Amino acid sequence: MSTGWTREQMAARAALDIPDGSYVNLGIGIPELVTRFVPEGREFIYHTENGMLGMGPPPDDEHRDLDLMNAGKKYVTALPGAAYFHHADSFSMIRGGHIDVCVLGTMQVAANGDIANWSTGAPDAIPAVGGAMDLVQGVRNIFVITQHTTRNGDPKLVERCSYPLTGVGVVSRVFTDLAVVDITPDGFRVVELAPGVSFDDVQERTGAAILPPEEQCEGREND
Amino acid sequence: MIDKTYPSVAEAVADIPDGATVMVGGFGASGSPVELLHALIDQGASDLTVINNNTGNAEVGLAALIGNGQVKKMICSFPRSSQSRVFPKLYREGKIELEVVPQGTLAERIRAAGAGIPAFYTPTSVGTVLAEGKEVREFDGRPYVMEPWLKADFALIKCAVADPLGNLTYNKTARNFSPLMCMAAKTTIVQTGQLVARGGIDPEHVVTPGIFVNRIVEVPHPVHEDTLIAEGRSYP
Repeated sequence: MSTGWTREQMAARAALDIPDGSYVNLGIGIPELVTRFVPEGREFIYHTENGMLGMGPPPDDEHRDLDLMNAGKKYVTALPGAAYFHHADSFSMIRGGHIDVCVLGTMQVAANGDIANWSTGAPDAIPAVGGAMDLVQGVRNIFVITQHTTRNGDPKLVERCSYPLTGVGVVSRVFTDLAVVDITPDGFRVVELAPGVSFDDVQERTGAAILPPEEQCEGREND
Repeated sequence: MIDKTYPSVAEAVADIPDGATVMVGGFGASGSPVELLHALIDQGASDLTVINNNTGNAEVGLAALIGNGQVKKMICSFPRSSQSRVFPKLYREGKIELEVVPQGTLAERIRAAGAGIPAFYTPTSVGTVLAEGKEVREFDGRPYVMEPWLKADFALIKCAVADPLGNLTYNKTARNFSPLMCMAAKTTIVQTGQLVARGGIDPEHVVTPGIFVNRIVEVPHPVHEDTLIAEGRSYP
C-alpha cells in the first residue's frame, strides 16, 4: 500500500481546517509544523501557555532572548501585536473557551473522543502532565495529528485507551498519515483518505470499527 | 518612608526555616530566580516543600537545591525535561515526594490562595487519575473537579524592574507564575535586575503591585540558568 501523507502533509491538511482569525495552541512535535502551512489569505494567532499571544518563529542567534520561550522551552520571537501575561490569565484563555483550536500529538485516541497523551502509566514512569489536561478540556476544537499506528504497527486509534486518560470525549478530528478521521456519536468516521490509501487499509490499521466516508448525495448540487 | 529593599540575597533568605513551603517563580529556565536559589543553598534550610512548574535543570538553581538534599517534596506540573536529571534520580530512589498538578490547575490554585478563595471547580482532569478521590460536582450539566488553594510561607521571584515599594515588571515570558506566587506567599522575596526610585515605573505598567511584595534585592545582570547550563556549571 501507499505510504500515505508525510508529516508535513498531515500538518498542511490540518491547517486547511483552521478558520481564518483563529487563536491556536500547538502541541510539541508534528503540530508545530502547522505554522509552515497557513493557507494563503488566512492569519492564525498562536498562543503559548507559558504566557504569550502572537508567538513568532524561532529567532536567529543575534536576536535570541533567553526569557522568550514557548511551552516546549524553545526560544521563539514575539510578532508585532503580541501580548505577554501570567499563567492564570493564560489558562483562563484555555479553560474559558477563548482559544479556538488546539492541535496535539497523542499516544492513543479512542472512538468516543477520549485522548491519552501524557503518561504510559508504567510503574517507573515519572508522571508529567504539563498543560495537556487543561487544553483538552478548555479549547473548543481539539485536533490530533498522529501517525495512524505506532512504530511497532499497533493502532493508535482504538476502541478504548489503555494508557491513562488526558481527557474524556474531547477530540473532534484526527489527522493521520492515512486519513482524516472524525469522532462522531457513532464512533470513528473517515472524512478523507490520503492519496493511494483505501478505506480497507485504514480499517485494517485502526483498533476500532471505523465508518466509511459519508455517501455523496446525488442530485443535491442545486440545494 | 517604606523601603522593602534588602542589602543582599543572603540576608533576604536568612530566616527561611526547615520545613517551609517555598514557591519558586519561573517556567523552565525563564524567570528562575537563580541567585535567590543559590543563596538558599548556602543558607541550608531543609525538609522544604517546593512549588514550581518543573524541577530544575542540570545542576544549577532549583535542581541544585534539590540535589543538595534540601527538598522533601515537589509540587509541579512537569517534573521532567531534557535537562532534568537530579529530580528523576532522587524520585526513582524514593528520596523525594511528588505531587503532579495540571499546569492550569497549579496556576489557579496559587491564584486562589492569593485571592482568599479556599477552593474552586475546574473541568481540568475530570475522568482522569488526577481527579481520583476529589469531589466532583455538576454545573450546567457538566462535571467539574474541586481543587483547593495552594499557599506558601515564602516565594522566591525574579523580576526585571522593581521600586522600593515592591512594584514589579517582568521580562517577556519570564513572567509566567511569578505574579501569582507573589500573591500567595506570606513572605515574597524578589530579586530585581534593576531597582528604580519611586515613580520610576509608570503606574499603568506595574504588573505586580507592591502590596504583594515584602523584600527586594537588586541583582544587576543576573545569571540566566540556560547560560550556566551551557557553560557546564554546577552549584555549589
